[in-house]
Amino acid sequence: MLDQLINVLRSVWSVWVMVFFCGIVLWAYVLTPKATMEAHGQIPLRDDENEER
Amino acid sequence: MTQATTALGAKEATPYVDDVIKKFVLAATFWGIVGFLAGDFIAWQLAFPALNLDLEWFSFGRLRPVHTSAVIFAFGGNVLFASSFFIVQRTSRASLFGGSAFAHFIFWGYQLFIVLAASGYVLGITQGKEYAEPEWYTDLWLTIVWVCYLVAFVGTLYKRKEPHIYVANWFFLAFIITIAMLHLGNNLAVPTAIFGGTWWRSYEIYAGVQDALTQWWYGHNAVGFFLTAGFLGIMYYFVPKRAERPVYSYRLSIVHFWALIFLYIWAGPHHLHYTALPDWAQTLGMTFSVMLWMPSWGGMINGLMTLSGAWDKLRTDPVIRFLVTSVAFYGMSTFEGPMMSIKAVNSLSHYTDWGIGHVHSGGLGWVAFVSFGALYCLVPTLWRRKQLYSMRLVSYHFWIATIGIVLYITSMWISGIMQGLMWRAYDNLGFLQYSFVETVAAMHPYYIIRAIGGVLFLTGALIMAYNFYRTIKGDVRKEAPYEAPVAATARG
Repeated sequence: MLDQLINVLRSVWSVWVMVFFCGIVLWAYVLTPKATMEAHGQIPLRDDENEER
Repeated sequence: MTQATTALGAKEATPYVDDVIKKFVLAATFWGIVGFLAGDFIAWQLAFPALNLDLEWFSFGRLRPVHTSAVIFAFGGNVLFASSFFIVQRTSRASLFGGSAFAHFIFWGYQLFIVLAASGYVLGITQGKEYAEPEWYTDLWLTIVWVCYLVAFVGTLYKRKEPHIYVANWFFLAFIITIAMLHLGNNLAVPTAIFGGTWWRSYEIYAGVQDALTQWWYGHNAVGFFLTAGFLGIMYYFVPKRAERPVYSYRLSIVHFWALIFLYIWAGPHHLHYTALPDWAQTLGMTFSVMLWMPSWGGMINGLMTLSGAWDKLRTDPVIRFLVTSVAFYGMSTFEGPMMSIKAVNSLSHYTDWGIGHVHSGGLGWVAFVSFGALYCLVPTLWRRKQLYSMRLVSYHFWIATIGIVLYITSMWISGIMQGLMWRAYDNLGFLQYSFVETVAAMHPYYIIRAIGGVLFLTGALIMAYNFYRTIKGDVRKEAPYEAPVAATARG
């Protein structure tokens, strides 16, 4: 039974990879607010040249 | 940051581990020049074979891996170590995991790997696998160094103070992990000593077409994850940093990352069109290569559009010019690559100089230019200098190297397409129209043009090395100000 299930999942791997990828796109463009994403983009501009902070 | 916060922060702050990054920068500059010199020498050898001096140590077959390993692993590798350690500390706001001593072990361990590999090639010790020439003992040593690299990088991410892991670090992490996987997968070999042979040789565990497919799974992903993902990490940090504006779309950078790593791993079989590899596998490689056009161009647009509203910096800052031109070359070679992977095009382009031209438009235009841009940013910062010794010399470097690249890739396009057409030309009786040696003779002028392009590229790198030397010494060249390259322009 489990063997069969694994075989089915294997044969449709491209489908679940695609679903996973669509999930990433959804997460990036819909589920995460724009302001949060823009704040992430500011990380290199907020850093300190020489020390942790 | 105000005076008050500086004083407050200074109490708890830990300095970043930067001394080892300085060493990586110097090593990258040194190995870059060695690699460019080796490349140009063998380019002249192809035009004038007498330059092999009739000595086996100088033969093309032995010096070519010296060139490819020196530019990819020694120059590119040291640039990646330097920039990944610089970027991961600053975007995580955490000093390097393992500290200076551990980082120095990684530095010296990696330089030892380079010396072991290159000296082996010259003496004729090689696995004969392209870009994976080092023998089993050098491979084992690199594995140890690479695992330490992974530990230092992930450890730094783990103790980060910034909650979000900046996208440049995703690219670096994908690069480090995938290279480890590829290196182990493609170098599974047994020393011949076990079968009564020498310790200096080994047998690969795969044979025939399985070996070929494993090799190009490795080979193309070395391009995808070493020369692309790693250097995209550099792009996503230094282009915004230098342009003083955030990346055009952070969302797009996330999609760029995942699309690129999902697709790249399947593209390898396009190196084996019309071979014993099953047709379906060839078509799979071709299809994924063509699909790669989308994330590649998404990333290129993301990098270029970061300059949107600040295009004047191209005129005023030659370092930005290096970075932006590199992204343009990235777009160009990631258009050319998928096109060449289409079987019909590949039947003309494969095994010709077109491939060499393609590799160098990516290698010189994208990888080396983004590296030069990053190095020009790193040197004044690491050695605490206000500015580079000379902006004008950066500009000279840029133009001389650009002309060199244009000569290189145009001559190889013409030579490659001509070569491909001559190989497939039939006369009206159905015989091949040209003998092989006629195609070799026809390529001679293009080989000279290519080698001149190489001289220009090398000259540019020497100018850069001189600029670094004077910058580190603390000199500033008396020259007309280069249209106020830094800070002066307001952010839009």
